[in-house]
Amino acid sequence: MNINKAAMPLQILLVEDSPGDVRLTQEAFREAGTRIDLHVAVDGVAAMSFLRRQGDHGQAPRPDFILLDLNLPKMDGREVLAHIKEDTSLKTIPTIILTTSEAEGDILKSYQLQANCYLNKPVQFDAFETVVRTINDFWLTMAKLPPRANGG
Amino acid sequence: MTKEVLLIEDNPGDVRLTREAFRDVGMLVHLHVANDGVDAMAFLKREGAHADAPRPDFILLDLNLPKMDGREVLARIKKDESLKTIPTVILTTSAAESDVANSYQLQANCYLTKPVQLDEFEALVKNISDFWLRKVKLPQQPQG
Repeated sequence: MNINKAAMPLQILLVEDSPGDVRLTQEAFREAGTRIDLHVAVDGVAAMSFLRRQGDHGQAPRPDFILLDLNLPKMDGREVLAHIKEDTSLKTIPTIILTTSEAEGDILKSYQLQANCYLNKPVQFDAFETVVRTINDFWLTMAKLPPRANGG
Repeated sequence: MTKEVLLIEDNPGDVRLTREAFRDVGMLVHLHVANDGVDAMAFLKREGAHADAPRPDFILLDLNLPKMDGREVLARIKKDESLKTIPTVILTTSAAESDVANSYQLQANCYLTKPVQLDEFEALVKNISDFWLRKVKLPQQPQG
């Protein structure tokens, strides 16, 4: 029996090394009430294995949406972004930068690498929750995400 | 700071609604309008009558346009080293999966469908301006 992909919750890959931010993101999405499966990669190498279904990630679903921190262990977010956007299959996945960096250089570089958008991670708890809520409302509710391809 | 927005849209009704919705969000927005794809590219490349055109901070692009269609405009923007960093959001009546997939393949920053209802259209434009012009960090252009 085929699984009805349209009925599957949105698959989100969160690439983030801070356990506190991972937890806040999970809670904020839960509060927003959208049906999602949140997958977490704690460094850039794990993120790429997940996306390429390597090693332990042989059964990983293709994410509908990626939230990517820039400062990550092993392989940093800029390199992860470059890998995603150089890959013909992965490049269509909306990839949103969510980082504490406000450096103009990071912002420009991210758009050069074709990040879909760049958002600052606020330090304050409430503000952080608001940003995740905003992402939920805009990207997961209003925007049209790429269709799920067969076998994708 | 005033945001320069380029709206590429051939339907005068949609242009007007978009203009009004941007006015209502209470931000300084200069809305520039190109009615077809050729005019849009001339604006972006500052050709002809557009020699003094500002560089847009943000682009709203319809897909179905006269002269040069939105898919071609998108492809040209995203192939251009200088223009590719400008967030380009598709706003179209087409909900065809092939258009959605193709737009993301061409590296559109986001894809939105135009609601038919007037109040929904207005709400959507407000959401776009609130998200993209207020919350999102837009790239600062080095010069010009």
